[in-house]
Amino acid sequence: MRSSAATLPGVAAAESDGRFSALLRRLRHLEPATLVWVVLVAVLLVLVVSPMAKLLLVSFETRGTGAFTLSNYVTAYGRERYLDALFNSLMLGGLSALLSLIFALPMAWAVSRTDMPFRGVTWGVVLGAFIMPPYLGAIGWILLAGPNAGWINQAWTFVTGDPDSIVNVYTFTGLALVIALNSFPFIFIFVKAALDMVSSEMEDAANILGAGAWRTMMTVTLPLVWPAILAGIIIVFLETMALFGTPAIIGIPARINVVTTQLWQFFEFPTRVEVAAAYAIPLLLITVALIAVQRLVLSRKGFVSQTGKGGERRPVQLGAWRWVLFGWCAFVGLLAVLMPLVVLLQASFAEAWGRGFSFDNLTLRNYYYLIFQHDMAMPSVWNTIYFSAAAATFALIIALLVAYIQHRKLVPFAGVLGFLAMAPFVIPGIVMAIGFYAAYASPPLALYGTAALMILAFTARFLPIAYANCSAAVRTVHPEMEEAVRILGGGRMRAIRSVVAPLMKKSLFGAWLIVFIIATRELSAAVFLVGPNTRTMSVMLYDLSEEGNFEVLSALGGILLVITVTLVAIGMKLLGRDFMLRRE
Amino acid sequence: MPRLVLKQIVKTFGAFTAVDHLDLDLADGEFVSLLGPSGCGKTTTLRMIAGFMPPTEGTIEIDGKILSSPSSVMPPERRGMSMIFQSYAIWPNMTVFENVAFGLKLRKLSGDEIRDRVGRILDVVQMGHLAGRYPSELSGGQQQRVALARAIVVQPAVLLLDEPLSNLDASLREEMRFEIRRLHDEFRITTVYVTHDQGEAMVTSDRIAVMNAGRIEQIDDPFSLYNRPRTRFVAGFIGRTNFIEARREANSVTFDGFAVPAGRFNGELDGRTGAVTFSVRPQNISLHGSQPSGTNGLALPGRIVERAYLGEFWDYVVAPADSGLRLRVVAPPREVFEAGQTVWIGLAPDQMTPLA
Repeated sequence: MRSSAATLPGVAAAESDGRFSALLRRLRHLEPATLVWVVLVAVLLVLVVSPMAKLLLVSFETRGTGAFTLSNYVTAYGRERYLDALFNSLMLGGLSALLSLIFALPMAWAVSRTDMPFRGVTWGVVLGAFIMPPYLGAIGWILLAGPNAGWINQAWTFVTGDPDSIVNVYTFTGLALVIALNSFPFIFIFVKAALDMVSSEMEDAANILGAGAWRTMMTVTLPLVWPAILAGIIIVFLETMALFGTPAIIGIPARINVVTTQLWQFFEFPTRVEVAAAYAIPLLLITVALIAVQRLVLSRKGFVSQTGKGGERRPVQLGAWRWVLFGWCAFVGLLAVLMPLVVLLQASFAEAWGRGFSFDNLTLRNYYYLIFQHDMAMPSVWNTIYFSAAAATFALIIALLVAYIQHRKLVPFAGVLGFLAMAPFVIPGIVMAIGFYAAYASPPLALYGTAALMILAFTARFLPIAYANCSAAVRTVHPEMEEAVRILGGGRMRAIRSVVAPLMKKSLFGAWLIVFIIATRELSAAVFLVGPNTRTMSVMLYDLSEEGNFEVLSALGGILLVITVTLVAIGMKLLGRDFMLRRE
Repeated sequence: MPRLVLKQIVKTFGAFTAVDHLDLDLADGEFVSLLGPSGCGKTTTLRMIAGFMPPTEGTIEIDGKILSSPSSVMPPERRGMSMIFQSYAIWPNMTVFENVAFGLKLRKLSGDEIRDRVGRILDVVQMGHLAGRYPSELSGGQQQRVALARAIVVQPAVLLLDEPLSNLDASLREEMRFEIRRLHDEFRITTVYVTHDQGEAMVTSDRIAVMNAGRIEQIDDPFSLYNRPRTRFVAGFIGRTNFIEARREANSVTFDGFAVPAGRFNGELDGRTGAVTFSVRPQNISLHGSQPSGTNGLALPGRIVERAYLGEFWDYVVAPADSGLRLRVVAPPREVFEAGQTVWIGLAPDQMTPLA
């Protein structure tokens, strides 16, 4: 029998010189987790607290002297143009959320609750819209609905002979529509997840009392998922408020100024960080407040849909209506994915995109130019992959440690770590970028234009996604799995190596992939922090859009899409169809 | 000398006291159950023995050496114990063989010896033919056997079991009780077994510690515990019973409707006066169609109030005449009485246990 006595701390010694020995014993039994906790707190201070504190500080400082002042706020809100931008952002957020709801609600209900045909195709539409970078969708829609030259206007003129344009993307509605066509998946994901939890018995109960399918949906099913709908609306609203690419590409030519594009202007030479910081604070406050509302709404008890309990689920029989519903899903798919994709691909292979589909217009020159001749394009591809991979790796390591320490309650106040890791969730990317700029761009650190700054910012920005995924992964490993290792004689590190790591590797890889994919398309933080040698593909695309060279631009978009689709395909192959579209 | 000793163990979580000055000694090779309702502190006690949490007060010693005290807790991996968890905690990324071999590998045994010992223990738990399987390919009962094998194969100083059968279905649970006892008879490992199921505790244990609100109410062998419960909680928790209120005055014990000389209770009431509660098991009360003759107990006239036939026995409720008492009586199937029928109720004072 293995004796435990040999490994016991000397009892005799403990008695003879109690205090010292007690201290030694305590040190020996100290979990390394405490040390890791200290390191993590330091890392999170650098990544989250310091940029935000600096943002706040700078907004109250006089440039150069650092003296306290309110003049930055006066400057930031002293002009009607700046106030208009805030108003425009709020309106744009509201309209985009409304349009997203109109797109997504029937789709979510149809996929979750009905016998509509081709539900898999509809699901593909949502995924397609979700992985399409917003600025690419915007460029697609410029090609489709630009005044005069846009495909839709050309077709209209061709069919009717009317030389006037019928659609114009450079309008407020056009902008909102393009954003909604990219954002509706958020509402779809939220609402479908909630609908998936509603038991058919809920609907049966209404049916047996005499309500038809329509009435049941309106009075029972939808009210049950109302919290999810509201949560989705809030997310789209906030995403729109924080969005930079689409408003910059469509809004600036259309002279529609919003908060993010206004912030961008504060950053143009001469850079006025302190004014930008002051101007960004309301955006931050609105986000924090609405996320709080969203949490409140989702945590309300009394909605069966949230409990996950319930009996059998049967699809609602729609009869002929199922084709109407499918028509709607197909229509949204056409607008959100298929049409922008086709015109982008056409432009990327065209001598001149306006000349349409013909063999003499076909060329590989755009791709050739980007890959072999353009001095910035390929470096931007490598930069994108490098920054995204590094940020995904760091974010995942930090998030995993935080999630593990928190779930295993290894140290007191582990909750602080989780809170800090989740905090960037309420910080719009653009605000975070200004914070990073204020904190780290100038001396003493002088990180401006370095890869380090980009990686730091990306890591902080995607920490919440990584943390949510890691939390879920840690929860799947029962603590007793590790305790079984320990009681049999293995230490915590051994438990992690032999059991925790092998059990979590798949879900961690999924989390890494999600962060990587989202990071490859990041624009709103990148655009504020890039230097001459740290351009990413997203920033390159934005620069090219300012030049108006849509063929080369589309080719670069094509390259980005190939990378994204490849990664998504790998993820789906390894981790299952839903790995990108789960509700976090 | 006792193997495992818990001295005045206290565990508090904030204002809540989970374990309250608990003392427990286990002899080498002894099997002791901690039995009690959920929230009584039994799992907390087990986890403190394992070293997964420090005691707030008190010490845990093995072979006279302190493992746990409020200031210092030896980590679980250095205690030479093993444990079977409620969830089994069979590692899904390892085969049955790898699961069982894990503890032996940590002990740096040679490959041959590991194969030999794993092979033998898997045969003991009748899992030898499934050594190459992964846990997801096993039934609940088979996973339980793997957990048993994995815990026993390392020949631990102390084996801890945390409600190991609660996730199994009823018939399997019954089978595994005997399996656990059989393995204990074979290996004689000092064992602490946590359960809320009295049947499990009675089948497996040398002694049972009944816990309530963080304290041990009584610790005894199964027979004494059932027949001589010391507190109302123990009497009510282990099996069914009748509680009968009485008063002791001088040499007489007065019940509702009848009285018994105090001397008939074999000195168990010595020194006690005033209110006394007795526990009488339903099968220790007899029913007779006519007045029994020559019994050494009491015979009270009464009436059947309710009855139910449960196949293995009759379940009667009887009311003694001129008394507000209602007594539950269990009788063999052949002793048939009708509801409302007049009967004689036989009570033996030596089967009536006065409670503290």
